[in-house]
Amino acid sequence: MTKTWVTPGGVHPPENKHQSLTLPIGALPIPEKLLVPLSQHIGAPANACVKVGQKVLKGQKIADATGSVSVPMHAPTSGTISAIEDRPIAHSSGMSAPCIEITSDGKDNWIDHEGIADFEHSSPQALTKIIADAGIAGMGGAGFPSAIKLSPGHRRPIDTLIVNATECEPYITADDSAIRERAAEIIEGIGILSHILGNPSNILIGIEDNKPEAIAALQPHVADSGISVVSFPTKYPSGGEKQLIYILTGKELASGTLPADAGMVCINIGTTYAIKRAVVNGEPLISRVTTMTGNACGINRNYETLIGTPVSHMLTHSEFNEAACSRLVMGGPMMGFSLTSADVPVVKTTNCILAPSYSEIPDDEPAQPCIRCGMCAEACPASLLPQQLFWYSQAEDHDRLEAHNLFDCIECGACSYVCPSNIPLVQHYRHSKGEILKAREEKVKSDHARERFEFHQQRMEQAEKDKEAKRAARREAAEKAKASTAAASGAGSAADIIAAAQARAAAKKVSPEQQQAKFERSIAGAEMRVQMATEKLAEAAADQTDEQKNILTAALDGAKQKLEQAQARLADHIEQHKELDSEQVK
Amino acid sequence: MAFKQITSPHAHAAQNTTKVMQLVLWATVPGLAALTIQFGWGSLINVVLAVVTAVICEAAIIKLRKRPVAFYLRDYSAVVTAVLLALALPPLAPWWVVVVGSMFSIVIAKQIYGGLGYNPFNPAMVGYVVLLISFPIQMTTWITPLALLPEGVSHPGVVESLGIVFAGYSPADGVTGATPLDSFKHSSGLVVDQIYQNDPLFSQAAFAGVGWEWVNLGFLAGGIVLLATRIFTWHGPVAMLAAIALMSVIFWDGGSSESPGSPLMHLFSGASMMGAFFILTDPVSSAVSNRGRLVYGALIGVLVYIIRAWGNYPDAVAFAVLLANFAAPFIDNYTLPRTYGHTDRRRATEKEEDA
Repeated sequence: MTKTWVTPGGVHPPENKHQSLTLPIGALPIPEKLLVPLSQHIGAPANACVKVGQKVLKGQKIADATGSVSVPMHAPTSGTISAIEDRPIAHSSGMSAPCIEITSDGKDNWIDHEGIADFEHSSPQALTKIIADAGIAGMGGAGFPSAIKLSPGHRRPIDTLIVNATECEPYITADDSAIRERAAEIIEGIGILSHILGNPSNILIGIEDNKPEAIAALQPHVADSGISVVSFPTKYPSGGEKQLIYILTGKELASGTLPADAGMVCINIGTTYAIKRAVVNGEPLISRVTTMTGNACGINRNYETLIGTPVSHMLTHSEFNEAACSRLVMGGPMMGFSLTSADVPVVKTTNCILAPSYSEIPDDEPAQPCIRCGMCAEACPASLLPQQLFWYSQAEDHDRLEAHNLFDCIECGACSYVCPSNIPLVQHYRHSKGEILKAREEKVKSDHARERFEFHQQRMEQAEKDKEAKRAARREAAEKAKASTAAASGAGSAADIIAAAQARAAAKKVSPEQQQAKFERSIAGAEMRVQMATEKLAEAAADQTDEQKNILTAALDGAKQKLEQAQARLADHIEQHKELDSEQVK
Repeated sequence: MAFKQITSPHAHAAQNTTKVMQLVLWATVPGLAALTIQFGWGSLINVVLAVVTAVICEAAIIKLRKRPVAFYLRDYSAVVTAVLLALALPPLAPWWVVVVGSMFSIVIAKQIYGGLGYNPFNPAMVGYVVLLISFPIQMTTWITPLALLPEGVSHPGVVESLGIVFAGYSPADGVTGATPLDSFKHSSGLVVDQIYQNDPLFSQAAFAGVGWEWVNLGFLAGGIVLLATRIFTWHGPVAMLAAIALMSVIFWDGGSSESPGSPLMHLFSGASMMGAFFILTDPVSSAVSNRGRLVYGALIGVLVYIIRAWGNYPDAVAFAVLLANFAAPFIDNYTLPRTYGHTDRRRATEKEEDA
């Protein structure tokens, strides 16, 4: 016997598994219309690659994966695409989402497909691509694209492969029956996984001891294969990934990390079968084993169900009595969600349709006050204090909720199951988680806004400071200049200040060179006028009167005088600049 | 086809609060039987009187609060409170003592805080302490145990008991007497061996105190049933009893005249067993986690011993429980369990920013 570890808490609800195990896995007639939702997995919805009216074959791709975390969809049977539009899907909120509707032609004609007989000679990358292209997403419940799990990338190498055959929820027997009937193919699928992951040293199939037939079916196939079938006492929720890892390895996954961070890959056993079919047979994931059970149905058994089969189609073929049905659940009685309409389709994660009678699962009784009896804390597999979480959830005290590790709650429902006051505890936790996530997002947003605002403020302040600094520098420079001119003129009298100002103004207007050129131009002008006046006087000397001669002589004298003044100004200017230059040299 | 939208989980265990309360009531039967055998009809009369008062008060307040009366009465919590108070009261106490206590428990200690699930203090113990402080004479007049009744005197019959309770008749001489804890406390100056020889309450006892040892065994038996049916965990009761035992060993003092008494006497006298299995296990007013309940139970045990040994009252379960009720939310802050995937226990007062 392999050693196993015991998780805290847990409950033992009535198993109710025998009802659906009396018959082998059956097949339903092909429904007239199938509805394939574009989002059946965690990640981005697939993108339809067919058009309304187009004919498709069974297994033909009808939607492409978008982005890295996404899977493609394939036609579950042959027929015609009759609609691509929003339809109600199986979701706890009863929402609608994009779906592709296929009207079956009843022929169920396969598209050409071919598998790989000897996968050992294929590279892990090639096999992972086949798995991705086959549209395989975790069939245990979450629907995480399997190919991503198998490409741990930068994370540490995988030394442990855990195959989850726990199936701890009451009523569900999809994995149990699949193991009984398809053990060889399942083990082959595990072999493919092992090859992809580089043959991890530990390969463990975790299974509860309430499935002796399944364990017996696996045993002959695992001999000398390095695969261990580990059975452990039945307790809900042993099949939770974190719980199963602890039961099989005694290790806890640190809060907020993935199994790959601890060198493990944990995969549902139904998924290993789908992987085998994809790799060896070349078949994409277009059907799965789904348990149809509950006393409101005359027939309880497992069906190999085409993805996209309306739940109503399953009910019709299972002698369903609507009047007797207390609620319709997709999944198990602990974590499944109620369906408001039976028109929604079976998807890749649908392991069970439960149609219980009123005596099996009666309507909920009204909740009584919490008396903090602590039965929930005894049942919690994560060692939380559900009664305190409930208290703080009602008080919307987010700090306390986080301090009490609300986000480590796996929503298994064990607390609500045992609550003597019928309080829908899990519902309160889901609500609070949503509120806290919303508050976190808002906080990020408001932090951004505050940062922006603060940066803006800072920038404005800095600009103001810079301006002020410039002003101060100018003021200082002006004062210095004033002081230096005052020192240069010695006495610093008012006249000197005016002269200095005038000089500055003059200096500002023209440079000394321009001034000199101006002076030289005026001298040249004056010389010309003197020459003209001399010539006129010489002409007049011949034939003009004395009076005219006198006028001309006066003009000549005036011109001569101006010339002298201009020459004097130039001389002054040159003198002045010599002084300035010598001063600068000093 | 349209179906109901109901949140998971869909399955539900057969347990409910009414059944829990009823089981607690059944578990008091051995204790009540022992009280009745040892001290006469008084305890039964107390129980009936307290239950009637409590149910009427509960119904009246629920009506005043405009809540569905039948729905809330059906949880049996008022009956449990009343029975526990009645079991703690001296048999043959005047009717108005029982009525006032029961009324106070339900109206003030329970409903004014918001009813079941919201009372910070144990309602039965609040009622008890109010009575003890207000009516000390009536509350300390106990009945002589069966074995120690004087020659020719017996406990009053049903009719006579009703006369004593409702009409104030005096019981016959020798019918009332001290409790072992009372007697021990007032025998100062004597070493323990002398007290045990002189006082018939001890000299004729099997191991702890005449009558009382059987009452305590009765409550212990009921408590074990509740433990076995997982109505509560062992942490609180065991911590309290262990603390009392430990304290009485540490301060035993070799049985000198200063000794506060032996571990056996403390464990099987007064309200020790009833307190451990029926009072401190009230989940509403106690600490919530198992670790918290260890601290809470131990605190009560230590307080019980301190008040018994050095306080003014011979017994102290009610005071100790109420003091620990005050401390419970504080204890809760520092006794969170370690969650899966976390290396350390957290404090409830942690803010996200500190994390």
